[in-house]
Amino acid sequence: MTEAVYQKRVSRRPNRLKLAPWLFLAPGLLMFLIYVLVPIVESFWISFHDWDGLGAMSWIGMGNYIELLDDDTFYVSLWNNLLWLVLYLLSIPAGLAVALFLNQNVAGIRIYKSMFFFPFVISQVVVGLIFTWFYAPGFGPLSVFLEWLTGDEIAILADERYVTYGIILAGLWPQTAYCMILYLAGLNNINSEQVEAARMDGAKGFSMLWHVILPQLRPATFIALVVTVIGSLRSFDLVSIMTAGGPYGSSQVLSYFMYEQALSEYGYRMGYGAAIAVVLFLIMMVFITFFITRMLNQERNT
Amino acid sequence: MTPIRKLGGLALSLALLSTSALAGEIVLNSDQSDPAPKKAMEELIADFQEAHPDITVKWNNFDHEGYKSAIRNFLTANPPDVAAWYAGNRMKPFVDAGLFEDVSDVWEENGLNEELKSAAASMTIDGKKWGVPYTYYQWGIYYRKDIFEEQGIEPPKTWDELLAASAKLKEAGITPFTIGTKALWPTGGWFDYLNLRVNGYEFHMDLTSGKVPYTDPRVKAVFEKWAELVEPGYFIENHAAIDWQDAIPHLVQGKAAMYLMGNFAVATMKDGGLEEDQIGFLQFPQINPDIPMSEEAPTDTFHIPAGAKNKEDAKKFLAYLASPEAQTKMNKTLGQLPVNNKAEKPEDPFLEAGFEMLSEAHALAQFYDRDAAAEMAKAGMEGFQEFMVKPDKVDDILERLEKIRARVYK
Repeated sequence: MTEAVYQKRVSRRPNRLKLAPWLFLAPGLLMFLIYVLVPIVESFWISFHDWDGLGAMSWIGMGNYIELLDDDTFYVSLWNNLLWLVLYLLSIPAGLAVALFLNQNVAGIRIYKSMFFFPFVISQVVVGLIFTWFYAPGFGPLSVFLEWLTGDEIAILADERYVTYGIILAGLWPQTAYCMILYLAGLNNINSEQVEAARMDGAKGFSMLWHVILPQLRPATFIALVVTVIGSLRSFDLVSIMTAGGPYGSSQVLSYFMYEQALSEYGYRMGYGAAIAVVLFLIMMVFITFFITRMLNQERNT
Repeated sequence: MTPIRKLGGLALSLALLSTSALAGEIVLNSDQSDPAPKKAMEELIADFQEAHPDITVKWNNFDHEGYKSAIRNFLTANPPDVAAWYAGNRMKPFVDAGLFEDVSDVWEENGLNEELKSAAASMTIDGKKWGVPYTYYQWGIYYRKDIFEEQGIEPPKTWDELLAASAKLKEAGITPFTIGTKALWPTGGWFDYLNLRVNGYEFHMDLTSGKVPYTDPRVKAVFEKWAELVEPGYFIENHAAIDWQDAIPHLVQGKAAMYLMGNFAVATMKDGGLEEDQIGFLQFPQINPDIPMSEEAPTDTFHIPAGAKNKEDAKKFLAYLASPEAQTKMNKTLGQLPVNNKAEKPEDPFLEAGFEMLSEAHALAQFYDRDAAAEMAKAGMEGFQEFMVKPDKVDDILERLEKIRARVYK
């Protein structure tokens, strides 16, 4: 009798081992399927159509992509995205510098730290508004200063030469704070014995930083790189708040271009917007694949 | 809050959101989120319910910007019985998609073809009427009367007089025109008026409905006139960085003397500190004497969605909205002009001037971004903004616009 029950249990065990993980994964997988995978497939599908979101969809094959290749705004957006990508990375050394500066024990350091972290806490919309006023011709501090310096009024956000740099600078402010926090956390975990040993060997200043501190901060640097690169490709809020892509489309980026074509009052070209989304997705995939393979390699090596 | 009451609150808010109408009830969606329009709307609904005690109006008031995308959703998913929108080509996508109801019978039965005559053309697509207009306002040049007097300038009536006045102001260190083009649409007013004066209303309609290429010499002629103001620096600098409200301080501080705008700007000018007798209104000057004078008068309208559940009562509402009494009262609160020509004239001096100008107009244009297809409007106004910064790039801009026109109106 007891023997039989035991037999039954054993025979069910492998089954249970197979099923249980899937059961636990199911809610997450379901969410991932509904909110990530299906929309991606749908975007690809829509991008082959001409559709205004109301009427019937009509299949136009690669039409949207061919049009995209002939669209000046697309190249402006690509170029601006590249600028974002490169210049946004400045937030990593800037964040490191601030973190090193703040990594000391003086009275009230927590207050200073939280003040430096403040720009990351406030909404991007607020950051955008602050910088818009900062640059505003007539009364903005920067424009008043530039006028005093050069005798000429420069409206950063109305000048196609400077506008993207102006927005990126606004974006660097909160992003630097984010990187700073990552590095501060990293600096807490620095092995003090290694630092002592290095000091005995005569390392100090820059060589200490480069050969001893930075290698230990590598995980923090990696995370900072990932969030910064992805963040730069997602740049939307600031562009939307500060210029809405203007003047005459010169500060467009892919994400805002997509929104404007697909969802704004003047657009509702769902197919075209989806095509832009697909291009943005493919660009992101390059970076995401790189990051994930690196992460997997590291896990395997340890 | 106890859970039960929470639940009750939830049910209540659900009930408020739901747009399924009971018998004798109409659901009305609109975007009167600013104080004056909101008050006008509340009064209209109260008066309507008094006149039709058997009908109650359930009003969902949306935020102005959010409404533009919300309407696309609720027209297909959960249509109300009455919805606010705009005249001209702005309503065309919904008419084409079969989402608006033909209301020609409301016009027919209530004699609206006569009473709302000035807006009839902009409410007609395929020979049918698709909604009822209730208010519009004029555009024109608002100028600083006191500055003009100081400089000894008479309000210009022709293009040459305007150029002479501008030159004189510029010499006195005053920028002739203020404008803020960040939101793009103020440039549309300039293009429209120059186009209406150089080529006329019929050409404006042909161009905005995509029948004329942007590379046409007549379009180029508009930009040549425009360049006569842009090249000598008759517009304020850095206009691409500011919104239309931010352009008003230039006028208030006397740094600029004129502003081509809609009548709604007068309230902001007064808030900014200008007295009523400091502000003058003048019709956009004549350029080609052979072209009859047409004006811009963007019209706001109400429509019945094709999927409405209570069309019978919704039509009663539209008929009431079109009546002279309703339009008189509403526009008094709105500070705008009634469309119904039997309605009482407004008392405000600027509205009076506008009323006179519009009643003598050859035709009324809706505005570039309402007459042209939405995509074309966006690209077009971006081109206008670029032109106002870099007038020598006009050929590149027009070629780009032509490329877009060819795609949008295929």
